[in-house]
Parts: sequence; structure tokens; C-alpha cells
Amino acid sequence: MDTMRDRFAPVVSRLLDEDPRVAVVLAEIGMADFEETRTRHPDRVINVGIREQLLVGAGAGLALTGLRPVVHTFASFLVERPFEQVKLDLGHQGVGAVLVSAAASFDWPAGGYTHMAPGDVALLDTLDGWTVHVPGHPDEAETLLRQAVAAGDDKVYVRLSVQSNAEALPVDGSRFLTVREGRAGVVVAVGPMLDGVLAATEGLDVTVLYATTVRPFDAATLRRATETAGTDAVLVEPYLAGTSTSAANDALADLPHRVLALGVGRRELRRYGQIAEHVAAHGLGAGSLRTRIGEFLRAGAGAQS
Amino acid sequence: MTKTAERRYTYEDLSGLLSLMSGDEKHGPAATSTLDALWVLYDRVLRVTPGRVDDPERDRFLLSKGHGPMAYYAVLAAKGFVPVEWLPAFGSYDSPLGHHPDRVLVPGAEIGSGSLGHGLPIAVGTALGLRAQGLHEPAVWVLVGDAELDEGSNHEAIAYAGPAGLDRLHTVVIDNSSASYARPGGIAARFEAAGWSVESVDGRDHEALYAAFTAPHPGRPRVVVAQVEPKSA
Repeated sequence: MDTMRDRFAPVVSRLLDEDPRVAVVLAEIGMADFEETRTRHPDRVINVGIREQLLVGAGAGLALTGLRPVVHTFASFLVERPFEQVKLDLGHQGVGAVLVSAAASFDWPAGGYTHMAPGDVALLDTLDGWTVHVPGHPDEAETLLRQAVAAGDDKVYVRLSVQSNAEALPVDGSRFLTVREGRAGVVVAVGPMLDGVLAATEGLDVTVLYATTVRPFDAATLRRATETAGTDAVLVEPYLAGTSTSAANDALADLPHRVLALGVGRRELRRYGQIAEHVAAHGLGAGSLRTRIGEFLRAGAGAQS
Repeated sequence: MTKTAERRYTYEDLSGLLSLMSGDEKHGPAATSTLDALWVLYDRVLRVTPGRVDDPERDRFLLSKGHGPMAYYAVLAAKGFVPVEWLPAFGSYDSPLGHHPDRVLVPGAEIGSGSLGHGLPIAVGTALGLRAQGLHEPAVWVLVGDAELDEGSNHEAIAYAGPAGLDRLHTVVIDNSSASYARPGGIAARFEAAGWSVESVDGRDHEALYAAFTAPHPGRPRVVVAQVEPKSA
């Protein structure tokens, strides 16, 4: 199967053809995939070299002139390195952009920690007004990229990953989907965590929600799910564990509830290897998820009896 | 009450406008380091007026050096972008005029600034955005301070803009020798090495500034280094 990143250049190239407002800004990474498009749109396919502060700042300048910039590089260099540009050049200037990252939390484990960005969504959570899409399949990535570019002058972050689910679902760019219904807990699986969550909760009496748009957080769907499944909630996120804990707590603020946050650990592993090995190391394989979700739900059931 | 639009202000009026903000009759070099360059730009160079702040064909002036914005506000008031009546409340809770400008609050301000090193990269993007829309007439100007050039983000922009041939991009460096680590001629040399058209002038000499601001520079971005009294003097 192709990856979400394989879809990025073809989708954005079509958008460049269709919409004269769209411009893509790159810092070398991903440039090869736009060479042909660049001959058609030399002024709207922009490569600033290995200069990520300029990448975001120039994107903001394009937006100030009325364009819709799509800004792309690895998550570490898009959100973390130029974070003040994200905060000020977009947010404070009052302009929008679509930031599209690749490499995610550990898409290239052999590349080591310098190319891992498990904290990207948590960082954006310190800022106001960002929409965050975390697709779980290349088809969903395509849908969400198109929605992001079409979202007026909104600030939108699209987090592409190699990690992916086997099947795409009909995501709508705002709501969580109800994938399974049960009566003894709600598990929110974010993006590429869905397949693991479904395997982990096989035979458990839980509701599984599928989240591909995590900001704004779909509090209404989570609340509705708790009406039948109770207020024990588990979040399974492909980035820093606990990133959405406060959002879930806010959604259930007036109800007694419990939240278990699973995701990528903070501790730097200092390991290379393969994606599957990092999934396992962070306890995000189906077996580990099943153990941890089961223990959490049993503890809750015990407390209530 | 004096209506801003009805009165024509001259350079000689700027000191009085500054006094409305500072409460002092006299102003030190630090408060006025940008004043002459700003005046020459707004009075004789920039094709922008209060009625054209949303015109796609207007020239863009981006104040990157957001510290010490009284001179900027004085010029904006003199040219009718902001009411003179706003000046006395400078920096207060209800005033749109802060100690760093906010584009959302100040009519005519193209960017908000304060954190150093953001204006030049944004100006690069502005020049690229205008070019991509076939708007080849508007000039993009950005004003930075000499110490602001310590910030590495500027060098990303300088090193890109020269080879990219962004000839609608113009930078004014107000050099009041405030960088702690600098070499004589270092500012001009860095722009020159990146392929910019470079001129250094007396930042208090209006005719010299005007000539430097309007000199042709085909195919290259332009920087004018405007030297004023050292900040520490």
C-alpha cells in the first residue's frame, strides 16, 4: 500500500491546478515530488532551502497577500524548530496556513530522536484556533488534505504518518466515528491507532470511537458515547500520551469519570530499528493495549460495585 | 478638535507628535533612530495611503524592529493612518498603540512585531505572494535594526532572497551600532555576499535616503543601511 506521504504531492498538485490561491512552500524535503508541478506553477511551488524559520515566515507572508499556503516538512522541523514562527507569524499576525507534516512520532526509527516529533500536537495545543487532522489511512489523508486547504483562512495541521490502518473510513473532518458499541467503557482511537485498538478490544464490551480530527476535540460525540457505555474513557493516541487528556476531562467535566491516556512515552528510548519495535516499546501493540485497557476498566468496575 | 485628515503634517511636526506619546519635549537618539528613514519612505517613496490599506496594488511596509515604535506611530498619525487623538494613550490598556505594534489593531501596520527577526522572512513571503499573483508593481519594504540582524532567521531570508532574485524586496537597516558583536562594514558585506544591491547612507540625510531608496536594482533585492548616532553615545 502507498503511504499518506505518497498522496501529498499528487493531491496538492491537483489543488494547485484547480485553485489559484494555493501555494506550496517546502524546505527541500519533498521537493523532488513537485518538480513536474513546479514547471506548471513556478511561482506557487516554492522551495526555500533548508531554512525552516523562513519556511513558516514566508508561508505567513504568502497568506498576508491573500494566498492559501500549504507548508510541508518533517514534523520536528515544521512545528518544533520554528515554533515561534507558528505562534507569531501565523497566529499573532491573524493569518492562516495548512501545515502538513511527515515522519510523525517514529516513522523513521533508524533516523533516531532528531527525526521524531511525538510532542507536535501537544505543542500546538498551547496555541489558539488550530484544527488538527490525524488521518489513519492514505485515503483519509487525501480527504483531510483537501478539507484543510478548502478551510478558508483557518490554521490547520495535518499529521501524515507511515503508520496506517488497513481500511479507510468515511471521515468528515470534524466528528469522531462510532466504530463499535459497548456498555462498559469508551475507547477513543486516534488515526493510525485504530487497527491496534480494534484488535485489543475484540470481545470487550466497549464503545470504540475513531478520531481523525482531534482539534477541535469532538466532545459531543464522546459525551453521547458515555450515555450507554459509561464514563470510563481510554484515549489511545499516536503521539505523546495524555495529549488529549484535558480535552476529554473538559468534555466530561460535570460527570464523575475516569480517563486512561495511552500513547507515546516521554522518555527518549535511544533506540533505532523498526516502527513495530517502537510501537511495542511504547506499549501500543494490541497485546499491551488489551492488558492496560482491561486493567483500567476492571479497576473501574470494581470501584463501582 | 483637529481632524487628522484635514491637516497636513510636515517633518517638523513629528517631534510634537512624539511628545504626545512620551510626555517629554525632547527625544533622545534611541527614540528617533528610525524617524528620518520612516518619514522619507512614507512621505516620498511608499505608494500607500490611508485609503489604500487594502489595495492589492499598494506598497507594503513591514516594521520588523518593533521596539521603540513611537516614531512609527508618529509617522502613521502624520500621514493619516491613525488618528492623532490615539497618541496620548500610547501603551495603555485601551489603546491600540502598544510598545510593540499589532497589525490587527493599528490601521496601516502590515505586520505585528516585537520578537526580533520575523519581519524579513515574512517580507520574503509577501514578495513571493505578490509575484505569484502577477502583482509586479508593489514594492515590499522591511525595516530592521542592526542588532536585530543577530537573529539567525534574518540570515535565512537574506541568503534566500538574493539568489532567488526577489527584486521587489527592499530592506532598510537602521544601524545605531547597538549590536554587541559587530565588525565595520559587516552588515553591508553580508547582504552583498548574498547577491543584494547594497548602499550605505547617512540615516539623517533625507536626500541621501531618498536617492538610496529609489535607485534602480534590476534583478536583485535592495538593502539600504542607514547609519545614525550610536545608541550608546
